[in-house]
Amino acid sequence: MGFRTAGEAMGRRATACALALALCACVDKSDLPRPVVQADAAAGLAVIKEVGCAACHRIPGVAWPEGRSGSNLAGFGARPLIAGRLPNQPDTLIRWLIDAPSMDPGTAMPPMPLTQDQARDVAAYLYTLDED
Amino acid sequence: MKTDAPPGIAGWPPPVLDPAGPFAGPIQTVAWVLFIMAAVVMVVVAVALGIALFGPRKWKRRVGGERLIWIAGLVFPVVVLTGLLVYGLTTTARVADAPKPGEMRVRVTGEMWWWRVAYLDGQGREVVQDANEVHIPAGQPVVFELESADVIHSFWVPRLGGKTDMIPGRRNFMRLQADAPGTYGGQCAEYCGGPHALMGLVVVAHAPDDYAAWLARQSRPAAVVPSAQGPLALIEQGRNVFAASGCAACHTIRGTEANGLAGPDLTHVGSRQTLGAGILPNNQGTMAGWISDSQSLKPGNRMPSYAVLSGQDVRAVAAYLESLK
Repeated sequence: MGFRTAGEAMGRRATACALALALCACVDKSDLPRPVVQADAAAGLAVIKEVGCAACHRIPGVAWPEGRSGSNLAGFGARPLIAGRLPNQPDTLIRWLIDAPSMDPGTAMPPMPLTQDQARDVAAYLYTLDED
Repeated sequence: MKTDAPPGIAGWPPPVLDPAGPFAGPIQTVAWVLFIMAAVVMVVVAVALGIALFGPRKWKRRVGGERLIWIAGLVFPVVVLTGLLVYGLTTTARVADAPKPGEMRVRVTGEMWWWRVAYLDGQGREVVQDANEVHIPAGQPVVFELESADVIHSFWVPRLGGKTDMIPGRRNFMRLQADAPGTYGGQCAEYCGGPHALMGLVVVAHAPDDYAAWLARQSRPAAVVPSAQGPLALIEQGRNVFAASGCAACHTIRGTEANGLAGPDLTHVGSRQTLGAGILPNNQGTMAGWISDSQSLKPGNRMPSYAVLSGQDVRAVAAYLESLK
């Protein structure tokens, strides 16, 4: 091993930093709650009951019904994917709630009669479901 | 314990002590009279028992003896109970008269576990068929002709009237009136098998003009109304899946070849407020869930879960049915 130039050293440091940052990002992301800005999870639960999401999904917080056509949403907030296909991120979820077929034509989930705000509230509630 | 009421349904759960029409008021009075009489008798008996057990000797003597048994044990109950019987029967008799000329008539037939509804003309002929939802004009009495297709059910819309049994082979009459337009929840009130508790219905009272318009709409054969959520191509696909899957064996959609009679008429199902007989809000989502797996929602009901359909097919049928306004 000979001398290193300053440029080389800096390059390495930058790479190390980038790597560390990327690692941090990886580690942090799995633990991060997915915030839905200015949404009201409690209102989301009320919307869920009003619209009848539980006709297809088991949803913690809704005692009846317990539909089986869609996935069980217990632990949804900790899952990486929506419907096994799409990244489980707030914007994607909100779009999915309003118009799932536009993102996955094969899905059985129809477009739901939700406003953008209602969908945000529902998403906020779903992200509180972090325990299976 | 499961305490969630069926979600999203106006008028549910129906309050039982909040009459909204002239046939519900007297029933509520009967209920209060019976309750108060029973409460008074219970207090008197409890006091007499207390005296007999713990009272001074002089008082004990007064609640003993044969004379009190004759008066309080025999004469009093016979008089009071006979009076209450006559009061109760006369109150309900007024509600249960056979229809007079000019009165509006609706036939509701209890089925396991839903309600077949038919609007009748003056001669008692069925003019329009529907299910699980009864529309009436507000401010006038409507005669309900109550029948059963299988076991005993009981028709009960608490805010509009009392309960009347639907008995196989009989036709019972009941008058209901809603003083104001609105939505009134109802429920089968006689245990009729597995999903009895999930046999609800909705009565919608309209202003008279709105009612006439509703009936005219309802009389027409099915018309598809496409929307952003239910585009025409998807509706077409749904119609084909509906035909190919044998749904028409049980369901009628007037204006199409579907003419089954075993299940609810679906001609205007997209305009109803509820699904599954008053238990679910009605939208494409709940419709898809019902088609795909109605057995998870109303276990034991006579519609099978359709696990043979793809996700897109389920969605298409839901879009088709919801387009039938």
